[in-house]
Amino acid sequence: MNVLERIRPALGDLAARSTTSQEGMLVLEIAAQEAHDAIAKLRDACGFETCTFVTAVDRFPAEPRFEVLWQLHSVANDERVRLRARVNGADPKVPTIVDLYPGAAFSERECFDMFGVVFEGHRGLKRLLMPEGYDHFPLRKDFPHQGIEPDRLYREWDARRHQRMPDEPTVGRETLS
Amino acid sequence: MTETVTLEYARGASAASLEGDDPLHGELMELNVGPQHPATHGVLRLKVTLDGETMREIEPDVGYLHRGKEKTCETLGWRKFFVHTDRLDYVQPLMNNCGYALALEKLAGLRVPERGQILRVLLMELSRIGAHLIYLGTTGIDLGAVTMFFFCFNEREKLYDLLDAYTGHRMNNTYIRIGGVYADAEESLLGAVEAFVDQFPSKVDEFEKMLTGNRIWYDRNHGVGVLSKEDALAWSLTGPILRASGVEHDLRKAEPYSGYETYEFDVPVGTVGDCYDRYLVRVEEMRQSARICKQAVEKLKRTRGGEFLAEDRRFVLPPKSDVRHSMEELIFQFKIVTDMSLPKGEAYGAIESSKGELGFYVVSDGTSHPMRCHIRAPGLMNVQAIPLLARGRLLSDMVAVIGSLDFVMGEVDR
Repeated sequence: MNVLERIRPALGDLAARSTTSQEGMLVLEIAAQEAHDAIAKLRDACGFETCTFVTAVDRFPAEPRFEVLWQLHSVANDERVRLRARVNGADPKVPTIVDLYPGAAFSERECFDMFGVVFEGHRGLKRLLMPEGYDHFPLRKDFPHQGIEPDRLYREWDARRHQRMPDEPTVGRETLS
Repeated sequence: MTETVTLEYARGASAASLEGDDPLHGELMELNVGPQHPATHGVLRLKVTLDGETMREIEPDVGYLHRGKEKTCETLGWRKFFVHTDRLDYVQPLMNNCGYALALEKLAGLRVPERGQILRVLLMELSRIGAHLIYLGTTGIDLGAVTMFFFCFNEREKLYDLLDAYTGHRMNNTYIRIGGVYADAEESLLGAVEAFVDQFPSKVDEFEKMLTGNRIWYDRNHGVGVLSKEDALAWSLTGPILRASGVEHDLRKAEPYSGYETYEFDVPVGTVGDCYDRYLVRVEEMRQSARICKQAVEKLKRTRGGEFLAEDRRFVLPPKSDVRHSMEELIFQFKIVTDMSLPKGEAYGAIESSKGELGFYVVSDGTSHPMRCHIRAPGLMNVQAIPLLARGRLLSDMVAVIGSLDFVMGEVDR
């Protein structure tokens, strides 16, 4: 039995919006606000015990700009499913799934760090790899790729950081509130 | 008459029962471990809140080795990123190469010839042995078994010699390409691999003699960092850590790639899910890897002279000797080197690396520059689990927990 047939009863109308990717994986196209419910159903009714990754793709300059992706894995059934939600660039927000999969916490933090996608309800959503309070989101397509440009941005930010009062909020922190 | 003194070791005792003896109990202290500390295996920083000697809260802080690999991939293009995959988990570069190659081959719809697959399996299993030797050596030295470090690195040195003879490098080999491997293995190499693989299980026995029944090793690992089946799954843990918790899941069996379904090997599974189980699982995996290597050598002898690289001039470079004589091949080489593009779409390729599920999620928009290459690093998930395993235990158990989670910061920070 293929994955779609197995999860169709639990998912209802969500299953109608499914596609298959090049490598043959089931991809569910969902709206950002229904991500939490859909993933909860997949976990509780369909036995997807583990979240492999949460990440995003920047389609700049297209709008909606970001694709947020969740990939779940059912170890018992050897099945995988990917969910995709499109969110706009002005205010990228998706619900968190940390309450369902505690292991998604670092993935969500990384996605926020690199793309600026905010995971609503994630307590302790802060930068993972870049320094705290950094001004930019490096994996966005409008962040420079190579040359001296990224280095210049870092140096400027670093110089400003030392001038700031320690309590003054920075851009990265503003996005959190 | 001599008086007998019985020493009561706190073997397996919970932290709660030790608190009564701890004069500092009740006074919280913030301790900063790392980023430069030998026991953190790289540049990992841990913010530990200590209550006496008991760890109340641990917060891992990663990113000190962040080099922007995913961004680099978008800049460099598909082919040139292979060298960068080596620098992810630098104790097993060939494994990373293969994971990345699998993702690209899925996207391109390319099939690897049989001999290419066998060579990949051989290289990957040798890498797995090498990576587990690093685990055993470094965890051993952290927990006081200094000899283990020299034992393991002795064996690893032999492995390096084999890789050097075949790939021309000891580390950062970059030998796996889209469509197969760079070059065929010579007959003399197979003999050397066979000699190594034949003597290796007896060396593993020697390691086990040093550690498995060792009182100190047992006490420091047994019952420390116990991880339940459910937690292991919910916390996205994979590989030996998941198996030590009693879940029989191995991508080599569950989603076979590179022809793993044709090899005979067992998947060791733990029962308790503590540091000691994780040690036993890895030790057994080394034996199984040696078994697979032996079968791979046999297969290589049978497929002598076969194709090891797919013949697809959209993605695979023509042999250099042909480029010098054929205009057509020269054009192919020029096209591949300057702007090799993959078909539009997305693919996820995952392998069972020594740390767990190493996945590459690649998105192509049909041009020569990748839209996105996300690296699903098992090490990041392992670091994430440190608080779960170490909370409520003594500070000295941290070393055992970090050792048994076995991560490499190059992969965690990318």
